[in-house]
Amino acid sequence: MTGQTLAEKILSEKTGKRVKAGDLVISPVDLAYVQDGTGPLTFRQMEKMGIAKAADPSRSIVFIDHASPPPRKELAADHVYLREFAAKTGMILHDIGDGVCHQVAFEKYVRPWDVVIGADSHTVMGGAMGAFATGMGSTDVGVAIGLGKTWLRVPETLKFEVRGTIPRGVMSKDLILRVIGDIRTDGATYASMEWGGDGIRGMPMHERMTLSNMAIEAGGKCGPIPSDEETKRYLAAHARAEEWRPIEPDDDAEYARAFEYDASHLEPLVATPGSEDNVVSVTDPTLRDVPIHEVYLGACTNGRFEDIEVFAKLVAGEIKAAGTRVIVTPASKEAYRQALAAGLLEQLVDFGAMINSPGCAACPGVHGGIPGDGENVLSTQNRNYTGRMGNPNAFVYLGSPMTAAATAIYGVITDPRTVV
Amino acid sequence: MGRAWKFGDNISTDLISAGRYYHLRSNLPELAKHTLEDARADFAPNVKTGDFVVGGRNFGKGSSREHAPIVIKMCGTRAVLAKSFARIFYRNCINNGLPAIVCDTDEIDEGDELEVDFGKGIVENRTKGVQLPFAPLPPAMEAIMREGGLVEFIRKHGDLLVTEQ
Repeated sequence: MTGQTLAEKILSEKTGKRVKAGDLVISPVDLAYVQDGTGPLTFRQMEKMGIAKAADPSRSIVFIDHASPPPRKELAADHVYLREFAAKTGMILHDIGDGVCHQVAFEKYVRPWDVVIGADSHTVMGGAMGAFATGMGSTDVGVAIGLGKTWLRVPETLKFEVRGTIPRGVMSKDLILRVIGDIRTDGATYASMEWGGDGIRGMPMHERMTLSNMAIEAGGKCGPIPSDEETKRYLAAHARAEEWRPIEPDDDAEYARAFEYDASHLEPLVATPGSEDNVVSVTDPTLRDVPIHEVYLGACTNGRFEDIEVFAKLVAGEIKAAGTRVIVTPASKEAYRQALAAGLLEQLVDFGAMINSPGCAACPGVHGGIPGDGENVLSTQNRNYTGRMGNPNAFVYLGSPMTAAATAIYGVITDPRTVV
Repeated sequence: MGRAWKFGDNISTDLISAGRYYHLRSNLPELAKHTLEDARADFAPNVKTGDFVVGGRNFGKGSSREHAPIVIKMCGTRAVLAKSFARIFYRNCINNGLPAIVCDTDEIDEGDELEVDFGKGIVENRTKGVQLPFAPLPPAMEAIMREGGLVEFIRKHGDLLVTEQ
């Protein structure tokens, strides 16, 4: 009998039988959530299905984060419906200002070995906790909330073995952009993107989260990372020490394919507009002539306290480029509070940035920084499709918080290694 | 029979149902007027009931928004054909009773007249006189599709009843 991958281990424990890639299972769900763009449809579908209840209200959550606070009355009406449904069913409500669903879920609810189903594709970020976390549509999540279970095909696993330490001026965002550039946006379709190696063991949790977050950008079903001492530290720091459990794949687990990356050779990267796999070096000469009108530091990808901290450190004592708007949106109230307490927000305001309340803000194009026609944005978010930030005539470049900081200083995409 | 509306590779859910229409998500008939607008603005105003959306690789990549297949279906689309689909979009299609067919769409050009025989698993391109085979749905999805979608499935059965392999 061969060993098991992280996805196979979790789904085996959950279903009470030994499963392998390709099996179809009905699995109990440990945590299910919706956000304000998908939740209204979820709840209407639950009403139609006759299951307008939560199987476990204490593990079913409504997040109001995408239009937070609501910029239009139609969205405010959706929020009213979400609050009423939460009150009626006893589901947990995280209202405007609490932060992006995946970030808040990670801080408070996701546990190692959990099966997490969210009505948002970046639910995969929960994988950094050593969980099986995947995004589904509204109706599937309605079933997960109402019946406490879901059906799944146990995914094949692609193994990403990372050696070495990421150099100065480079972040895990650059590693995941490198991977997506290599395997393309459908390179992991239906598969689990499992991370391992000493480069991951030595990586702090906030950086691991960026890797898992963008598994979906390669089509991945989930992006699990072993739960280890760093996971234990993170949970303890969030007053959740008792929730820690280790998990790692078996040495003889079967992988559909294995990839190796040497983190010490990485450089800062940028995804140019249209697709996350349009990956070029930050030093690519074609970037030099692109004026950046907006820098966005935020999103579940890179809106954590540590991202704000590294950005603030790089821009310390500088003034932002004259023609560049700098918008900072902490991913959660926790990140916001920590940045406040550390004096970072004051420093960023002095730099010339503006600070939004926690949430998704500019990333999905609803509000909070929609670019104008012909404008270019350098964002720390995860997607740069045409129209993604709310205007199909604007152009979105993706990069790390360090690249965002260097770019905010000079107004063109700038190598952060020249600033650090 | 219906005509083919041809799209390229990597059609994202943002291209299908853009974020700037977020406020219309609880008003699906209005949202549907903007279906695929950023990929082809001529699609939504001109698509006829029974037409086909034909993509290349990785159709529906990106977000989990179920509104994407819902508005494609509301436009009257008979089926979505592509060389491959993104995972969440594919599942959302089946959950809404919208056939998502994997076949060689290189054999289909804009405006070709198509017919689908689900029993035989064949897309017939009548304009070109070629037949494009496709594999049947996995049993778990076939059961949901047969009821017309996941809502109807749960209403009828009251539970998930996926046949485990």
